Amino acid sequence: MKLETLAEVNVERAARRPVIVVTDTANGEQRLVKAKDIAADPLRAELAKQLRMGKSGMIEAAGKKLFLNVYAPTAKLVIIGAVHISQALAPLARSLDYDVTVVDPRTAFASPERFPDVPLIAEWPDVALPPLNVDHYTAFVAVTHDPKIDDPALLHAFERDCFYIGALGSRKTHAKRGERLRAQGAKEADIARIHAPIGLDIGAVSPSEIAVAIMAEITAQLRLPKENAA
Amino acid sequence: MLNRDEDILKAAEDWQKAGHGVALATVVETWGSAPRPAGSSLVINDDGTFLGSVSGGCVEGAVVTEALDVIASGQPKMLEFGVADETAWNVGLSCGGTIRVFVEKVGQS
Repeated sequence: MKLETLAEVNVERAARRPVIVVTDTANGEQRLVKAKDIAADPLRAELAKQLRMGKSGMIEAAGKKLFLNVYAPTAKLVIIGAVHISQALAPLARSLDYDVTVVDPRTAFASPERFPDVPLIAEWPDVALPPLNVDHYTAFVAVTHDPKIDDPALLHAFERDCFYIGALGSRKTHAKRGERLRAQGAKEADIARIHAPIGLDIGAVSPSEIAVAIMAEITAQLRLPKENAA
Repeated sequence: MLNRDEDILKAAEDWQKAGHGVALATVVETWGSAPRPAGSSLVINDDGTFLGSVSGGCVEGAVVTEALDVIASGQPKMLEFGVADETAWNVGLSCGGTIRVFVEKVGQS
C-alpha cells in the first residue's frame, strides 16, 4: 500500500467517514474510494453493497479478482443517564470496542467516582449532544427514566439516524413516551425505531445483566443482515 | 483492550514515517469456520514487532515470517492457511477453516 493511500485512509477514518480500498490481488494495484465518490464509481453497485453490509470481501470484475476492504467508522455508544445500568454498560461497551460517552445533567449521578475512565458530560442533552457528532455509526441509549432528559435526547438521535436507538421503560411507559414524542413532532417511523423495552429478552434482572441484554441487542442490530436490505 | 483497525493502520503509518520497513497483512477470503473475518489485518515492522491479528493466534507467526520477506522484496504475496493445506499440521487453523491472507509492503511506489 502506498504511504499516501494509507495516510488518506487514516484521515478519513479519523473524520468518521467510511472508505473502501480496492486491491487487485494479482499485482497489488490499489485505489481508494471515499463514501461520497461511490455513486460515480464503475464498481458502484458492489461498493455500495459491501459498505451497506459493513463487510470486506473479494469480487470479480472485468476478469480481475479484487479485494474490497471496507473501513467503516468505529461504532460509538452514547448513553443518556449516568444510572446504575450505565455503570455496567459503559465498561462492557468499551470491551466491545465502542467509543462510549455518558451524558447526564444530574451531577450527583454523573460523577467521576461512579464512572472512572469513561468520558462523562454533566450537561443537558441540548448542550451535550451537538459536539458529540452523533451519526449513523452511533448506538444511542436513553436510560434516565426522566422524560425531561430522555425525550430531547431521543429527538436528537432520530435526526442523526443512529443505527440503534433504545430506551428504558415498560410497554406502558413506552406508549406514553410515544405520545409525548409525537406531540413534539416526531414521525411514526422514528418512534417505531426505538427498541423498548430495551435489550434482548434474556430475563435480565440485575443492572449488569440488563447491560448484557442491551449490548446483545445492539450487536444484533449492527451485525445481522437487514431483512429489507435489497 | 483489543487493537482496533484504526490503531493498526495508524501504527503502520507511524512506523513507516519513523523509517521502518512495514508490511500489512489482510485477511481477504475465508472458508468454513474462520477465526477473523475478511478485512482483519496485522501490521508488521522490520523488527518483527506486530499489532493486530489475522487469526486467533494460529498463523500469526508464519505471517510475520512471510511479511519480513515482503518488506525485503517489495513484492506482495498471497498466503493460504487451512486444514486442506499440507502446512496445516505445522501452522494450520485448529478451528478447521481456511483463510487467504494478502501481504503487501507499506510505502511501495
